Amino acid sequence: MTSRRARCTAIAILAALLGGAGLASCGGGSDELTMYSGRVPALIDPAIEIYEKDSGEKLKVRTGDSPTLAATLVEEGKNSRADLFYAQDAGSLDAIEKAGNLAPLPADLLDEVPARFRSKTGRWIGVTARSRIIAYGPKVKTSELPDSPLELAEPKWRGRVGWAPTNASLQGYVTALRLVEGEAVARKWLTEMVANKTEPFDSNVPIRDAIAKGELDLGLINHYYVAEAQAKDPGYPVKVHFPTKDLGSLVNVSGVGVLASSKHKKEAIAFVRTMLGKPAQTYFADSSKEYPLLAGVAPSKELTPLDEIPSPEIDLADLGDLEGTLKLMRDTGAL
Amino acid sequence: MATAADPLALPPSPAAPAGLVEGRSSGRLLGARRPPAALLALGLVVALAAALPALYLVVVVAGDARAAADAVLTSRSLGLVLRSAGLAVAVTASAIAIAVPLAWLTVRSDLPGRRAWATLATLPLVMPSYIAAYVFVAVLRPKGLLQEALAPLGVQELPQIYGFLGAWLVLTLCTYPLVLLPLRAALRRLDPSVEEAARVMGRSPLEVFRTVVLPQLMPAIGAGGVLVALYVLSDFGAVAILRFDSFTREIYIAFQSAQRTEAAALGMVLVLVMLLLFALYAKVRGARALHRSSPGTQRPAPPVRLGRWRWPALGLCAGVVAVTLVVPIGVLLYWASKDVSTGVDVATITAEAGNSLLAAAAAAVAAAAAALVVGVLSVRFPGYATRAIERVGYAGYALPGIVVALALVFFGTRVALPLYQTLAMLVFALSIHYLPLAVGPVGAALMQVPPRLEEAARGLGRSPLQVFRTITRPLVTSGVLAGAALVFLHALKELPATLLLAPIGFETLATDIFHQTTTGFFEAAAIPALILLLIAAPPLYLLNEKGVKGT
Repeated sequence: MTSRRARCTAIAILAALLGGAGLASCGGGSDELTMYSGRVPALIDPAIEIYEKDSGEKLKVRTGDSPTLAATLVEEGKNSRADLFYAQDAGSLDAIEKAGNLAPLPADLLDEVPARFRSKTGRWIGVTARSRIIAYGPKVKTSELPDSPLELAEPKWRGRVGWAPTNASLQGYVTALRLVEGEAVARKWLTEMVANKTEPFDSNVPIRDAIAKGELDLGLINHYYVAEAQAKDPGYPVKVHFPTKDLGSLVNVSGVGVLASSKHKKEAIAFVRTMLGKPAQTYFADSSKEYPLLAGVAPSKELTPLDEIPSPEIDLADLGDLEGTLKLMRDTGAL
Repeated sequence: MATAADPLALPPSPAAPAGLVEGRSSGRLLGARRPPAALLALGLVVALAAALPALYLVVVVAGDARAAADAVLTSRSLGLVLRSAGLAVAVTASAIAIAVPLAWLTVRSDLPGRRAWATLATLPLVMPSYIAAYVFVAVLRPKGLLQEALAPLGVQELPQIYGFLGAWLVLTLCTYPLVLLPLRAALRRLDPSVEEAARVMGRSPLEVFRTVVLPQLMPAIGAGGVLVALYVLSDFGAVAILRFDSFTREIYIAFQSAQRTEAAALGMVLVLVMLLLFALYAKVRGARALHRSSPGTQRPAPPVRLGRWRWPALGLCAGVVAVTLVVPIGVLLYWASKDVSTGVDVATITAEAGNSLLAAAAAAVAAAAAALVVGVLSVRFPGYATRAIERVGYAGYALPGIVVALALVFFGTRVALPLYQTLAMLVFALSIHYLPLAVGPVGAALMQVPPRLEEAARGLGRSPLQVFRTITRPLVTSGVLAGAALVFLHALKELPATLLLAPIGFETLATDIFHQTTTGFFEAAAIPALILLLIAAPPLYLLNEKGVKGT
């Protein structure tokens, strides 16, 4: 009989469920570190292995996109199961720092990284840097490449540029623009970019791909997206240009913080130290083509060295006024 | 009849509208009876569970009511509501326009291979909208696969598909089966004698369809249409990829920008829109609650002979199947073939498939059980309270996945910490998210069980529980299975709740696809996507057969 079989199946599933629930809740009380990570597993796993080998500890990782994980941590509050948060952007770390979710990091650890790449209150620290560059396709001559991202609003580039206004990196960029050039310049730029039919995408990768297809000529994205694709396919048709004027190639970070609610702060801090240790930093430099932040580790050869990148002296911790940026972006129709 | 648990019914549909008796049957008589306290308590527990996402919005909004009001009362949010509503209306209309001819052809005509067409035409239901969106962008983008194919003919670039047009296309293709399924079930149950009478009185076949058949199908069309509209309103994946500024996208942006109050306020607007939709639906359905009056076994309608019309009919079926199945599966196979060369991790994929299967199956069982409680209450004991219990269940479906997920993060860490981020929690989330999909068919099946049968058993001295076990349950099995299958198909592809609430390391096919696509490696996402479709096919077949055969 179908119904009898259905009932047996149902009972079996429920039993399995309860068993699973029991097991999982036991796991929750273990001594293993738990990390919420906004980074791509394939890129971060080798760095985690370095930690696991060094410490003999295991690390459990929940992967998602950084802003959603930040929102989750805020909802979880002090009952979070996470010990660490590893974000793709300073904005997500900033959000949970403001909500009071992060614990202070030791001063000697913070000192490993230049002050502009960490939180002012010492509650999160940058691990790698990435540069906001202009990606360009084969149809663009190097001589016509703009010196400043502000030039992307010029009629010459009408309909040829892609950006990702919903993405945290672009929002950080706009915040920096407001800080450095002032509200009026930022408003004018956004308005002109929208009027110039700049193509909005929901994230950076599709912009890179559209340039590769020849549907767009330029894109405002992070440098390592191009590096990733080039690593897979050496003939990848998209190249990276570092603009030099105005905001230049603003540098942002990926970074880590330890949760204030963590019961394993010592181990969690040990993990952060490993990420800023030489082996992990060398790995990041070689594989994901990000800029290592530890002094003495050189970035990948094809990248312009970090201190030669024209980037305004902005404290990343000052990029906190996201609300004002979102309002401006909504007002100008960019969002 | 179809008054209390109004059939937002999927297959099998509410008792056959046939003899055109208007109004309410014995359900009403029973309405005077109060439901057993235990059952009512159980119903309240289900309703409370289903209301958690909406409750979470209320809690957050209450925290800062002023900021919430500021976020909602803007011309911008009004504009976004209108945009989303416009998309929902357009998709619902086109889904109905596709489903009506397909349903009629596969049920009432002598179309060659109609059962095969029926199964093929419902398969797109299992296609996650984000995968369909990736595929159609890959094909139709200005320099996509279609342009490459047309390049020898001198086509340099295709027009943009982003925005309204693309979202409309992709969402229609993913959702029309939600109308097709209940519509086929309803059509099959039509009593042909009414149509014959109309024909004898001299009406043309088209007139008969318009004046006799269509009105009887309205409840099923309306029920499917509501599900389509709610799906469109809450979808995020497809609209994000297709770059359509929707209301849901605004909710995501707000959550991701640490503006949870604003996000919650916008989510509440979505709940209001849902309530509006129900009011509209009740109007559409109106007094058309019709059911069979004549006793005896119902006679199946003789198939209409298509004659030379069979060719355009076949063309229509083939066209729909080509666009909704052949193209996406073809593209996925093409990507998979590129990925196979770099090696496939069989063990990982197998484990992911097992996890997907486990979570979705458990959610299906849980949702079907909950739906049975809701169904019995609203069908056997109609009234304001039981109707409210049923309606509350829809909140979880109307809200975007992120809201459901964050609501359970919020309540999970506060009142159920030992269960937080366990499989049980994930299954709970999935089952409240998709509960309405099970309530429809379960309620409809219950309506087909004559209450007199149950009353007789009671009169003969059986306890209510015994009656349920021996009389009701065997008779509603097909409805329960249909409901469970629908929940299973949706839970299989769910993403936001799985990412946040599953135990760590519990990777599913959907999370695998997510990780691959965030870096732009669609090729690597193709194999999990194909396996997802493969797993989904058997329950869909069951749904079709059960749904059409009925009990």
